[in-house]
Amino acid sequence: MESVVERITRKHFWKFHGGIHPPEQKFITNHKPIRHLPLPAQLIIPLQQHIGAAAELIVKAGDYVLKGQSLTASQHPMAVPIHAPTSGTIKAIKLAPIAHPSATQEPCIWLTPDGLDKWRERIIREDILQLTREQLLDIIAEAGIAGMGGAGFPTYIKISHQTPIEFLIINAAECEPYITADDLLMREHSSMIVEGIKILQQIVQAKYILIGIEDNKPEAIQALTQATAQLADCYLCVLPTKYPTGGEKQLIQILTGKEIAKGTLPVHAGIIMQNIATCFAIANAVLDDVPLIQRIVTVTGQALDKPQNVWALLGTPIQHLLDQCGYQAENNNQLIMGGPMMGFSLPTTQIPVVKTTNCIIAPTEQEIPSGNHEVECIRCGQCAEVCPSLLLPQELQWSAKANDLPQLEKLNLFDCIECGACAYVCPSQIPLVHYYRVAKVDIKQQKLQELKAEKAKTRFEARKLRLEQDKRQRELKHQQAAEARRAKMNSTDGDNAKSAVAAALARVKAKKQATTDTSTTNDAIAVDTENSIAEQQQSQVAAAVARAKAKRLAKQSQTEQAPEILEKIENEPKNTKSNNPSQDSKLQTDSNSETTAEAHHTVQPNTVDAVAATLSREEKIKLVIGKAKQKAETTQSPLTEPADAVTTSIASNKQHADDRAQRIAAAIAKAKAKKQQTEKQ
Amino acid sequence: MAFFIASSPHNHTQQQTSALMRLVMYAMLPGLIAQGYFFGYGNFIQIMLAIGTALITEFIVLSLRNKNITAQLFDGSAILTAMLLGASIPSLAPWWVVVIGTFFAILVVKQLYGGLGHNPFNPAMAGYVLLLVSFPVQMTAWLPPFQLMSHHLDFANSAATIFTGFTLDGYSLEQLRSTADGFTMATPLDTLKTNLKLGLTLTEIQKNPVFGEHFALGWEWVNAGFLLGGLVLIVKKAIDWRTPLSFLASLFLCSLIAFLMSPDSSASTLFHWFSGATMLGAFFILTDPVSGATTPKARIIIGLVAGFLVYIIRKHGGYPDAVAFTVLLCNMMSPLVDQYTRPRTYGHNVEHK
Repeated sequence: MESVVERITRKHFWKFHGGIHPPEQKFITNHKPIRHLPLPAQLIIPLQQHIGAAAELIVKAGDYVLKGQSLTASQHPMAVPIHAPTSGTIKAIKLAPIAHPSATQEPCIWLTPDGLDKWRERIIREDILQLTREQLLDIIAEAGIAGMGGAGFPTYIKISHQTPIEFLIINAAECEPYITADDLLMREHSSMIVEGIKILQQIVQAKYILIGIEDNKPEAIQALTQATAQLADCYLCVLPTKYPTGGEKQLIQILTGKEIAKGTLPVHAGIIMQNIATCFAIANAVLDDVPLIQRIVTVTGQALDKPQNVWALLGTPIQHLLDQCGYQAENNNQLIMGGPMMGFSLPTTQIPVVKTTNCIIAPTEQEIPSGNHEVECIRCGQCAEVCPSLLLPQELQWSAKANDLPQLEKLNLFDCIECGACAYVCPSQIPLVHYYRVAKVDIKQQKLQELKAEKAKTRFEARKLRLEQDKRQRELKHQQAAEARRAKMNSTDGDNAKSAVAAALARVKAKKQATTDTSTTNDAIAVDTENSIAEQQQSQVAAAVARAKAKRLAKQSQTEQAPEILEKIENEPKNTKSNNPSQDSKLQTDSNSETTAEAHHTVQPNTVDAVAATLSREEKIKLVIGKAKQKAETTQSPLTEPADAVTTSIASNKQHADDRAQRIAAAIAKAKAKKQQTEKQ
Repeated sequence: MAFFIASSPHNHTQQQTSALMRLVMYAMLPGLIAQGYFFGYGNFIQIMLAIGTALITEFIVLSLRNKNITAQLFDGSAILTAMLLGASIPSLAPWWVVVIGTFFAILVVKQLYGGLGHNPFNPAMAGYVLLLVSFPVQMTAWLPPFQLMSHHLDFANSAATIFTGFTLDGYSLEQLRSTADGFTMATPLDTLKTNLKLGLTLTEIQKNPVFGEHFALGWEWVNAGFLLGGLVLIVKKAIDWRTPLSFLASLFLCSLIAFLMSPDSSASTLFHWFSGATMLGAFFILTDPVSGATTPKARIIIGLVAGFLVYIIRKHGGYPDAVAFTVLLCNMMSPLVDQYTRPRTYGHNVEHK
């Protein structure tokens, strides 16, 4: 857009709403060069120092590693590898508190330096212009470069977008008080920074390069002006000092006048922003094959004798930095990692330096007072005047205190960039940003719960449906089976058993009469058939009694015979309508009545078969049930069982429902018996 | 070593609410001094009485509420309310008038609604309205400026009148208020209103000595003093410039339209600005952060509405001075106007190119 570039060349920048002017305090450290520190005794390197996922370890405890050697690797796009900041032995890989406001414990590599500072083999690339975009991105990804401005987003993802880029904005604003890391970097390494910018330009092919810097860094401005003199389409924009000029959205608004719409990224508007320290790291990685293993940290605050910018290896515990800068513990009540506006308090000094650590502040009590002096909000509205996101911090605070989460979302709580300008000006000293952070987490948790509830509900509904379907299918099957049985029933006249019995009787009579009077066989048969109907009842009763007796005998002989009988029953083919039952039963009746006492004592295999054969289906079922019951309960009066069997057999001979119920009951009892058996075992 | 853990930001302007209140109190001083010069020690005594009552009431209520008494008692809000109320009532009103008013203002209007920061109505103005409605005689017994008074009152006499109703010499308040001719003098606004009803034109009305050479004898300097204090507050960023500016602009516009339409029966624009409690209301009462509007647009809207209401009530209402009622009506409107004038958050409703 010509108008944007025109305005930039005229130095007529845009403005963002709000902003504050806290005391800069940069004089403490901005007049000294960057210092190199001696190696610390121990390095604690967290596996994750960026936004995304931690890469996988490729070393283990006890390994000796060289400086710059990869310690983790991953194919995951959001995983950024880490490298050994110096040569040494890996003492352990275990949980340790990390550089985060919660000081939560995450896996860290404990590296003991051996003092040799031995590099791994490095490939110096001479002609980087020949490298393709993909190759450059690979190098940047392998070097473990994440955004060094404070957020730590993986760099190679940010610059690998395919959309056409209009502006490549380099953030050199460093708007927070106390921090001078970027300032010193620009003064001392401006040529390397420009090399990094050139590499970035080679990758993103932006139309214009804008470097945004605040006017409180005159030496850095001079250095950059000289360094970028030969760079085409590169504009060094000197901006008025205001906090938070360095915020991504605010800097874009100042330099280009564009507002990034909610829910979109700057890259969708054709803008990519990188911190100036990241450019330096990119240059090191591409040109000298030096991965990201150290960074400049501003160690400042009035509780230090020698506050200064230092080159700190990643993983250096803060205690080492403080010791090197003359830390006066008695004057100091709190330690802050980061700037005073957006940094977080440290609970211990063993927290390590990570890729996003740009400052450590050790203030005295007068400098940054500790303690909470919150009073009621008087609705003065000064917070709304300074908010860069044009929110209403006062309303947010009322809703946050009342835990009114829907209202907070309506007031656009998630547009808050947590810059701290509102809490800075609040006369009632209300910790506004703290309330917003808590409320944001509450809302996120609530959304997560709602999502889980939705999923659970869907699963429940599906299950309910499935169970209903199963039930219906089962019922249908039962219905069909019942109908089939009924059909079979109605197709033959009378009871199958009855007709079988009648037929058997008829055959017997026929045979007898056949031997005596052949002529009248047919008639005899017919007569016999008719007679047999009358005799049926009697024979049935007699048969039933005989069967009962047989059963009693069988039961009295208990364990040896019953399983055999059961086996016979179970192994019998389904169609038990043999010709023999009534005949055998009749014979048995006669034999049993005579030899009851003998049969009682004699245990013969014949009786087993005979008894098994005499029993009708119902009796067999009952026997099975009885056996099962016997197994469970040893005391069982043998008399009741046969009695039950007899009554049920006579009464329910024709009832299929009972039949089915008995089968089901038999199956259940069998299962119960088995279970109890296994339990007893 | 156990470090103090806090959430960012760790930097702070170290500005305090009590300091803000104190600044407002100091800004009232020019107006109060002018008032003391023209109308005697009466208001000073009233303010002292009010402050005493306010502190005692606040102490009682805070003890009942089990709050931190030391921190909250002297945060300045109760004293400021007392000062505003004490400056608003007639200078020689009986002592119990200001005591009842302050007691009501602190107990009911402020503390019963939740204390500092939670009251929807301005306590001083709500107290003033209570007094005006309950004790109309006492609340309309305004003392004329010293140039017009036949008896001069020193501190002892003022105190005596306030506490006993009579000066040490035995003159009653009514006698003090009357001219040598026996006419009881009222405020310029009151005089204007009654005489307009009687059918006099503006030029005839302005011959009355209460109007002085400019707008309103004595009252114009009091208002000028409050204007000065208000400008100081705006420069110091203690109050928002939007409400006073829109209020004065709206009042100016309304009175200008009326004056242009009928110059004989409407007072001039600057008369409205410099009489009554206009400047006090503009800079000290409408800008009360707790009961006023919060978003910038809402503040402008409230100011505009307030100006209009002040003019209408002065012209057509039953009471001569309208600021108290206007303030209460605007307090009622503030939450609603706030809700509909929220600013557009960054990134929302942006056209995609």
